[in-house]
Amino acid sequence: MSASQNLVLHPEVDASRTGAHFLLGDHACAEGALYAGCRFFAGYPITPATEISEHLAERLPELGGQFLQMEDEIASMAAILGASVAGAKSMTATSGPGFSLMMENLGLGYMMEVPTVVVNVQRGGPSTGLPTSVGQQDMMQARFGSHGDITMIALAPKSPQEAFDLTVHAFSIAERLRTPVLVMMDEVVAHMHERVVIPPPGEIPIHARPKPDVAPAKYRPYKPGPDLVPPMALAGDGFAVRFTGLTHDETGKAVTTYEAQRLLVPRLREKILRNRETYERTELYRTEDASTLVVAYGITARVARRAVDLARAKGQPVGLFRPATVWPFPEEKLRSLHHVRKVVVAEINLGQVLLEVERIVGRYAEAIHVGTAGGKVPSPEAIVEACE
Amino acid sequence: MTDEETPASAGGTISAEVTPAPNGDLAALELHPYDHLLRSEALPHIWCQGCGIGTALGALLHGFEHASVPVEKRVIVSGIGCSSRVVYYAKTDAYHTTHGRAIPFATGVKLTNPTLNVVVFAGDGDLFAIGGNHFMHAARRNMDLLVVCINNFNYGMTGGQGGPTTPEGALSTTTPYGNAERPFNLPEFAAAAGASYVARWTTLDVRRLQATFTEALARHGFRFVEVLAPCPVSFGKTNKIGTGAEEMEYYYALEILKSRIESTSHVGTEIVLHRPIVVGKFVDLERETFLDRYARVVAKAKE
Repeated sequence: MSASQNLVLHPEVDASRTGAHFLLGDHACAEGALYAGCRFFAGYPITPATEISEHLAERLPELGGQFLQMEDEIASMAAILGASVAGAKSMTATSGPGFSLMMENLGLGYMMEVPTVVVNVQRGGPSTGLPTSVGQQDMMQARFGSHGDITMIALAPKSPQEAFDLTVHAFSIAERLRTPVLVMMDEVVAHMHERVVIPPPGEIPIHARPKPDVAPAKYRPYKPGPDLVPPMALAGDGFAVRFTGLTHDETGKAVTTYEAQRLLVPRLREKILRNRETYERTELYRTEDASTLVVAYGITARVARRAVDLARAKGQPVGLFRPATVWPFPEEKLRSLHHVRKVVVAEINLGQVLLEVERIVGRYAEAIHVGTAGGKVPSPEAIVEACE
Repeated sequence: MTDEETPASAGGTISAEVTPAPNGDLAALELHPYDHLLRSEALPHIWCQGCGIGTALGALLHGFEHASVPVEKRVIVSGIGCSSRVVYYAKTDAYHTTHGRAIPFATGVKLTNPTLNVVVFAGDGDLFAIGGNHFMHAARRNMDLLVVCINNFNYGMTGGQGGPTTPEGALSTTTPYGNAERPFNLPEFAAAAGASYVARWTTLDVRRLQATFTEALARHGFRFVEVLAPCPVSFGKTNKIGTGAEEMEYYYALEILKSRIESTSHVGTEIVLHRPIVVGKFVDLERETFLDRYARVVAKAKE
């Protein structure tokens, strides 16, 4: 038994990286995980996410944490769920092909209500596609990729600084709501170097998972609290918990009936939706008088910001709406800008978040898509043109 | 088959105390000695009459008790299938995961809290078809897990399809003309992949199973126990082996202890229908486990 054992459960505070750095997006993401207390990572090499694994392979053992390279992404996803039920904050990182393999156990984590964080550094697809080039083509997969009715939370960082910040945020959401959270990066953000400020430990508040406050005999692993989140006992806590991917009752007993399904599956969705104001993040830029709105996320949002400035210089009232939490889409916030008459959705795909935006604004605004098939970020000029 | 290999600890003793009700109520006397280790509210179980899974579960519970594994340190992780349903009945921390993925899930549990005694309990299709890759790599890592495989030679829960352990020529719903494939030889597979402990028994060998689990739970590294079990409603019926009891007779007639085989004998551990079945302990080594080696990684990183 190693001296490191309990450090996964009781992570030592790490102040070694406090301060300003010039960091790769992937490394910033990894540091965000460590800052949030992640001490268990399981992954499989894949471009353009490998640098996250490599960085954590070096850093986690320094902190007594566990880094494990698994045999595939299926196993990686399973391992981080197992680590989480035993008490670790856990994470994996991958790209499109690996993300496809993770869908099975992502659904298990959702159904079992296991907090964990999954990073997808998006590259061009379908299939092996463009391994070294950018994409935002997995956004609908993030939302609906695992079978059954799932409601996922997905964040999209626009910079290495946000790769750090939103990864910290992802852990807080995952722990607080007992659910897997996705960080949907893209290859450009992952592979750019920028200034990243890492605050002193504790400066960013980090939520913990709710713990049971009843005796083991009275504990029900799926009895929700007022916020619909059931307190979580860990393996080894003496609660003899029963966690399952089968439809179950509050005790964790498998009950494969319509009635049990009707109680469980809508609650899992409501848990995500009802608490959304606690985690939703958006950025508005020059929207006050805008009649045209650009909606963009990740690296595309930075290009879109440039497009807004270019259009404004031409005298066009264009603004930017950037969801940092893409799923669930910040519907009310977008709808609060109901004075707009045209919405340009810019993303590196053939029209995915567009579908959601169309649904939200369709009654009062025209929705237009500016995209690429992957491999290239839409240019500011193309976005300006679409705004005209 | 003789008892000569039976360890002294493998008696039929029971550790649980059955206290008769003060009024001498017979119902209380009829409690199973391991009732306190089961979730009584989850019973009756789903297994068919004559199925061998319950026997294997009983032996595992015996092992937990006799290896003195504290109750709160017992964890069972399972996949999908009849065997994987044990998690609903055993009163341990229990995780019913996805098909084939119990081993990597259990890996995460064990590495996060190495004080836990983590058992993976699943069927042959789960562990060796869809989950074969995970089994192989966990054995290679010498991950601290006890993996129990209920091998009933077919997919029971879905109604008796052929699988990776179905004997050549055997009938199943997906091999109606006889299985054209050769099955895995599980003890050899486990040993070749790096398992530190490998044993095989049938559900006829209850006391040996109890002793094996007691021993294996106290060992470290990757431990594998194959339990040949009747599936009378599917495999047994389709292949005219008969009921659960008749499959026990089949085992009784065909089982050979490993120690009874001459080293030059052509009889190996492969399973061929109506041919001898070699049972026993095949591997028992003390080797560095993943946790032992990872501790050195941590020490070096902290230098």
